[in-house]
Amino acid sequence: MKHLLSMADLSREEILAILDTAATMHEVQHREVKKLPTLRGRTIINFFFEDSTRTRSSFELAGKWMSADTINLTGKGTSVSKGESLRDTVKTIDAMGVDMMVIRHMASGAPATIAQWTNCSIVNAGDGTHEHPSQALLDAYTMRARLGDLEGRHVALVGDLAHSRVLRSNLICLRTLGARVTLVAPPTLMPSGIGPWSEGDGFATSYDLDDVLPSVDAVMMLRVQRERMSGGYFPTAREYAVTYGLTTARLAALPGHAVIAHPGPMNRGLEISGEAADAAQSLVLEQVSAGVAVRMSILYHLLSGEAMSA
Amino acid sequence: MNEPHRPAADLLVTGADLAGSGRGDLLVSGSRIRAVGPEATEAAEGMGEGLARLDADGMVALPGLVDLHTHLREPGREDSETIASGSRAAAVGGFTAVHAMANTTPVTDTAEAAERVYDLGRRAGYVDVLPVGAVSKGLAGGELAELGLMARSRARVRLFSDDGKCVHDARLMRRALEYVRAFGGVVSQHAQDPQLAGPSACAHEGELSGRLGLPGWPAVAEESIVARDVMLARHTGSRVHIAHVSTAGSVEVIRWAKAQGIAVTAEVTPHHLMLDCELLSTYDPVYKVNPPLRPSSDVQALRGALADGTIDVVATDHAPHVRADKEHAYADAAFGMLGLEQALSVVSTAMVQTGMMGWADVARVMSIAPAAIAGLPEHGQPLQPGAPATLTLVDPTRPVVVDAAHSQSLSRNNPWHGRPLTGAVHLTMLRGLVTAREGLAWGAQS
Repeated sequence: MKHLLSMADLSREEILAILDTAATMHEVQHREVKKLPTLRGRTIINFFFEDSTRTRSSFELAGKWMSADTINLTGKGTSVSKGESLRDTVKTIDAMGVDMMVIRHMASGAPATIAQWTNCSIVNAGDGTHEHPSQALLDAYTMRARLGDLEGRHVALVGDLAHSRVLRSNLICLRTLGARVTLVAPPTLMPSGIGPWSEGDGFATSYDLDDVLPSVDAVMMLRVQRERMSGGYFPTAREYAVTYGLTTARLAALPGHAVIAHPGPMNRGLEISGEAADAAQSLVLEQVSAGVAVRMSILYHLLSGEAMSA
Repeated sequence: MNEPHRPAADLLVTGADLAGSGRGDLLVSGSRIRAVGPEATEAAEGMGEGLARLDADGMVALPGLVDLHTHLREPGREDSETIASGSRAAAVGGFTAVHAMANTTPVTDTAEAAERVYDLGRRAGYVDVLPVGAVSKGLAGGELAELGLMARSRARVRLFSDDGKCVHDARLMRRALEYVRAFGGVVSQHAQDPQLAGPSACAHEGELSGRLGLPGWPAVAEESIVARDVMLARHTGSRVHIAHVSTAGSVEVIRWAKAQGIAVTAEVTPHHLMLDCELLSTYDPVYKVNPPLRPSSDVQALRGALADGTIDVVATDHAPHVRADKEHAYADAAFGMLGLEQALSVVSTAMVQTGMMGWADVARVMSIAPAAIAGLPEHGQPLQPGAPATLTLVDPTRPVVVDAAHSQSLSRNNPWHGRPLTGAVHLTMLRGLVTAREGLAWGAQS
């Protein structure tokens, strides 16, 4: 495995190997001295063409704690008018002899395209409305920590699914791990072609959150951007919160063992109420904590030279 | 610019299938066809030394190809194409006339701008370059450009289009359709409702765009404008031409409109006849084009519509781009792909090899009909005595593997690279002058 571009690149065994290594890394994270020598001498560029605080700092810490040399670059405005092509930009960095680029880009598919132009490993740290594989892996890690094996578990993914890269990676990851998945959103926020897609890939869709909640083992609430209202995707924040938000009232409808996940940043009062976000079932802080460990594991599996047997 | 490329005072083309209507000789004298069939053979017998011969046994002779939709990029982006380089690509592709779209910098929205394009085309000399006039000033969609002055200019503009942008204001579209009737003009509409498919829309809206996370360009954004415009054409009694039709739904609307007697014509590009949206799965920007590639069911519907005459013509939408404008993430890359040099081979492969059309049909959709729509008296004429010696010889069975590096275009955004096609242009002649032969434009470096 050279790149991590899409969750579809990983088999069930590869996902489990990354999650198992992450558990070891998670222990390291709680030591006083966190540094592992594993990636000494390796160079990682965190190339973020789009703003990010949490993902970038998480990847940066992961690299540093494994003794890699990490550099952060921001590349605003790769517009056609600027003159330099994306190819020129990334080939310039690649020519310096780096081992890996962790790419965040506002355009779907950019990491896959960059991987064709460069020799180093490419990690997709979020591309447009396409995928965010490391997020899906850390979500799976956190859910497994509470629920155990996800095979046969029922997970609902709720929110602005059309514009969510977290949705696409989680959907693939959860299906690969054998979970039962239901997507919940108003029709306007479902991804294009969801009918044939859900049929082909074997997952369910629903417009009714209350119908789905009583049977879930986990519910993942995805961020809804307020600017979607101006695009006519839904009428008001109030209507959205009442129909699709994880309100305090809906908390009671969740089975006792079920967990609540949110990849952040949260809109409290819109897709999730404060009470739900802070409830005992909530995984929100554990997701952030696991983020570094899972990314350490990803770097390890891509760079340590130890071939992952598929 | 060129070496003299008049082969001889008199040329006998022997043995070609004349536009699918049977084999016969064809005698060219000067810029005209002097005789056809047994009369040509007979007339040539007495001509002796001055007569040149061209063995075209096994080939098909078509009236020179006419493209209603070409982007030549000059003025403004001469790094991606010039009128001269695009003309050479056109000649190599079998074209003898191309319509240069107005979305240059500056925009072709005045008589002066139109005449400059026309004159540069004359100077290059490979094909007749007919400027398309903008419908609205600066393509801004606000006020009408000086349509009448462009029509009265030396360039005799008859085709008007804001191509690249849709004339989405219904009132402006209505006025344009009415206004150009005074001089027999026609408006070519880029059908794209900007509310349903905005500037970021770049992939056919469907399951694949959902999976890839690419902004969707729904079929209805085209179809709703096509429906509106055929109704405007009915209301005004004017002609409307639909550029690059890409969906089965548009075909249905056009078929219905023609059945009502509405004066609508339509074009399809070679790429929409052959390539489908599954190619986007690797995010390769060479396949980014507007309107986007559609599912294979649409490709089949477009082929059927071209064969049954619902779609009147094939037009290339040749859209050159320098590497730096294509080597971006898919969503950031420029729209468009090359088309002039491979158009005939694609039509041959998609339509003739499949048995859906004969060569007489190819002559209709690539020469006769486009020349009629644009009102070009010297093009798209049957290969008969007295007609201009403006023709294209095609080797109908020659296998071609496209090499993007081997091109007369200044750009290399060629979606056909590496693809095997069947049927190739052998020679192109414009008013008795050989403008291209075997993939080389006259006088061009190989």
